[in-house]
Amino acid sequence: MDSHKGVLVCGEIAEGKLAPITIELLGAGRKLANELGEDLSTLLMGSKTGGLGQEAIAYGADKVYVAEDSLLDDYNSDAYTQVAANLCQKVLPSIMLLGHTDVGCDLAPRLNGRLGGGLAMDCLALSVDPATKLLVSTRPVFGGNAHANVVSRSARPQMATLRLKIVPPAERNDSRQGKVIPVEDKIDPSALKVKVVDRIKEEVEGVKLEDAEVVVSGGRGIGGTQNFGMLRELARVLGGAVGATRPACDEGWAPARLQVGQSGKVVSPKLYIAVALSGAMSHIAGCLGSKCIVAINKDKEANIFNVAHFGIVADYREVLPALTTKFKELLSK
Amino acid sequence: MNMIVCIKQVPDPEIPPAKFKIDPEAKKVIPPPGVPPVISVYDERAVEAACRLKDKHKGKITVISMGSGKASDVVKHAISMGADEGFVLEDEAFENLDSFGTAYVLGKAIQKIGGYDLILCGRQAADWGAGQVGSILAEILGIPVVTLACDIDAVDKKLRVKRIVKDGYEVLEAPMPSLVTVSSEIGLPRLPAGVGLMLARKKQIPVWKAQDIGAESSQLDKANAHTEITGLSVPTRKTECEIVTGNTPGEAAVNLVLKLVKLI
Repeated sequence: MDSHKGVLVCGEIAEGKLAPITIELLGAGRKLANELGEDLSTLLMGSKTGGLGQEAIAYGADKVYVAEDSLLDDYNSDAYTQVAANLCQKVLPSIMLLGHTDVGCDLAPRLNGRLGGGLAMDCLALSVDPATKLLVSTRPVFGGNAHANVVSRSARPQMATLRLKIVPPAERNDSRQGKVIPVEDKIDPSALKVKVVDRIKEEVEGVKLEDAEVVVSGGRGIGGTQNFGMLRELARVLGGAVGATRPACDEGWAPARLQVGQSGKVVSPKLYIAVALSGAMSHIAGCLGSKCIVAINKDKEANIFNVAHFGIVADYREVLPALTTKFKELLSK
Repeated sequence: MNMIVCIKQVPDPEIPPAKFKIDPEAKKVIPPPGVPPVISVYDERAVEAACRLKDKHKGKITVISMGSGKASDVVKHAISMGADEGFVLEDEAFENLDSFGTAYVLGKAIQKIGGYDLILCGRQAADWGAGQVGSILAEILGIPVVTLACDIDAVDKKLRVKRIVKDGYEVLEAPMPSLVTVSSEIGLPRLPAGVGLMLARKKQIPVWKAQDIGAESSQLDKANAHTEITGLSVPTRKTECEIVTGNTPGEAAVNLVLKLVKLI
């Protein structure tokens, strides 16, 4: 166990740049490394890593391991797992951090399975226990209704995936010194069992749910596909996106990709307008990060009023048209 | 096509949060009284994925559930949807296992069943949601894994899996056997039908203990756990909801807009 030292961040490259999550991870990793008095290193995997190694140093890394291979161009689970596992077995980090992203969600658990570490996914906070020097990872459980602290006493590396935009990005300092170390191991192609056949980008009309600053969500009380039109109109006026609860998606009133909640998307807009939805535990998990929650529901006992900042107790059919008209009037000025 | 689906019984996540209670000392969640536990939402979709493959390509679906007490209910639920048989893995030594322990036990049961082309798991459980049992299980079994599937088909003895990513999906080709974790985007699970319900009612669900699957006690020893929960808390949120009123709902709406317009 004592043979494991230092913090290793598994970076991500997006469109030739360090992905925002990488810079956040470097910030979080630097803090942990300083508290432990150990080094922060980063692994960058890609086909063209150019000057990104130096950039990672500017953002706080002491060492950057660069694995460059055409097989690492886009994310490939088998190839990335192999490279990252090999490096971990050499470098023996005490802590390994990944982003809770498309890459991290796949790579982290697999890597953990291979290395026999201890992993906490989707973390909201990371700290070092001052007494034991162990990593304490705080993560949502039960759909965000509780938070658990997870610790690995003896398994190494102590691993965590960090949720996006939870920590501020590291500050850039181009005078920082560090070492860029190429990873020499070649990828064993016989271990690449799963082939990526295609990558399909789905264009969405209007603003993407995850990126929207305003989300208008409907629940079971909406009553039908057609009525979702009223929500779409309000969202359009506000430059926002439409969301839905699981029951509304299950009914087929809204497509599954618009589902907000534990088994759908987690959104944190400035304004979340919850229409005719009761606020089940699983739904709240997806919108609790919103700056302002507005509830419109005819049942004044509905749970959504317990988490909302503003509410109207009435049938949404009588509220939404006036709401849309007034917003339109004020926003056009 | 022989499929094994791993499913878990969880407290119903669709309850109002007021019914959600924890015991911070024991670091456990107190099951809501009078609300029966359910099959974890992603696991139900994993069963659905298996049923769709069986509809199209024929085959056999075996479900396994590790749990205590009434785990046979979720196994019967899967059978009522179209699974052929199921087993419950229940032993005192299986309680409160971490993800590695869980994957180890499932792996042992799967090795006992044998002869599989595809193993399906939900992407994560609806309770603790560790999100890693499937991947660890694949590593233990030494088979490829594809995570976050929204569609699975078999073409020319290979699996063709669509994997959900942020701005679309990837199409992956995996050999058999492989393990696939299923996401909710795969679509609605079917409702149990008459015949299935009847079969499920009659079906005996064998219970396997540690010794039945050859699980070694050292692997189940909590002292060897990879992770441990050292704290559990309910995050406090202080929101006072201001109920906006008016003489009519429309007037209330106008008053609400006047308050909100500053925010956007």
